[in-house]
Amino acid sequence: MTRTARTIVFGVGALCLGVFLVLVFLRMPEFGGSRHAYRDASVGAALRQVTPNVVASINFDQRALDTLGEEIILFGSVIGAATLLRLGEHERRRPLTPGESVLPSTRLLGYLLLPVLVLLGLDVIAHGHLTPGGGFQGGVVLASGVHLSYLAGSYRALRRLRPLDWYNYAEALGAGAFVALGCAGMVAGGAFLANFLPHGQFTQLFSTGTVAVLSIAVGVAVTAGAVVLLAQFLEQAMAVQAEEAG
Amino acid sequence: MIPFAYAVAGYLLLLGCYGVVRSHDLVHTTVCVSVAQSGTYVLLLTVGYQRGATAPVFGSSTPPGTPVVDPVVQALTLTDIVVGATVTALLLALALQVAKRHGTVDPDQLNSLRG
Amino acid sequence: MAELIVVLALALVAVAGTVVVRTRDPAGQAVVLGGYGLLLSVLFVVLQAPDVALSQVAVGAAVVPLMVLLTIRAIGRYQGPRR
Repeated sequence: MTRTARTIVFGVGALCLGVFLVLVFLRMPEFGGSRHAYRDASVGAALRQVTPNVVASINFDQRALDTLGEEIILFGSVIGAATLLRLGEHERRRPLTPGESVLPSTRLLGYLLLPVLVLLGLDVIAHGHLTPGGGFQGGVVLASGVHLSYLAGSYRALRRLRPLDWYNYAEALGAGAFVALGCAGMVAGGAFLANFLPHGQFTQLFSTGTVAVLSIAVGVAVTAGAVVLLAQFLEQAMAVQAEEAG
Repeated sequence: MIPFAYAVAGYLLLLGCYGVVRSHDLVHTTVCVSVAQSGTYVLLLTVGYQRGATAPVFGSSTPPGTPVVDPVVQALTLTDIVVGATVTALLLALALQVAKRHGTVDPDQLNSLRG
Repeated sequence: MAELIVVLALALVAVAGTVVVRTRDPAGQAVVLGGYGLLLSVLFVVLQAPDVALSQVAVGAAVVPLMVLLTIRAIGRYQGPRR
């Protein structure tokens, strides 16, 4: 199909979709209105479960099964990317050249900020049930922190700092811990992923039952998954090359 | 009149699709898919917004009982963002494999190559 | 006043999205994508969604542009002469 034909077909489709969208938007409740039925139900449920962060309560308590599904999607995508980017039969790893050196100020800043970012990521994961945050957000912050050593130093420095096997194990551990807690909930509380740990006091660190623990499990899994995913791309960009045929 | 917020969300969705159709480069296509996904995030969050309400996190400054925005759509969007990034990663890996096999990532040129 | 900030943030996001789609060079697009991710997270904060903003700023401004740039670099080695 030529470009022009493609654009015309798209134009017709977009016009129909646009008309439908306009009709839908005209019938929706007004923007900024106060009629939100799900909000009233879920805020009430979160307060009954002694969880200040209602979004974390929804993700890890009220709809924890959906989070398990998303965790598995993440797991599968990392496996898919690793499979797609594995070394082919005509490829090999070439030795890393030293490459361009980084400015000393960049290197200093990077190495100073690395522990700060790691601490920040751990804090966001650990307090996810009390303040905005949680496993997903803190996990990505932590993974970005690990890669500061690549920005501030070199790819070789990152490879030394990041034993990839441990991250593979950690990802599996995080996902497995989520499922194990769910089964424990089935045994102790009567339903898969039931919140069976003691709920504690409102806004205390050790409260909210399994919400905090599930958040940590997801944090471990997301950190490790993001690091493994970025490792595939870094390897392809830096070190893999095709053998000259013949 | 259509609220401006919903119109922006619909515009981002159609804009992303337009970018995919008119793209000259598979990596550009992947980024446009990501823009279309962000249109859905905007729609979800604007549906849950309430004027004068605050974030759905209770603490010392927001005692239980203060009006908050809808937390259900926020929970949906937040996991969606992380999972959307991994799907983007899969698409980029596919584009890289196409480049290795065919030597080009131009969609118009790819149609004429036979394996 | 709060309404005005919401409208302004939405308008900025719409403009930034247009710039992202209209940038044809993939390397430049990665940088603009980082800026678009930042503007999106500002919009999410204005819409009273701090969890979502945290997620978006980490993913959309750090991880995705990095992956796009790495892919562009890896692809550059395999591309034949441009037409």
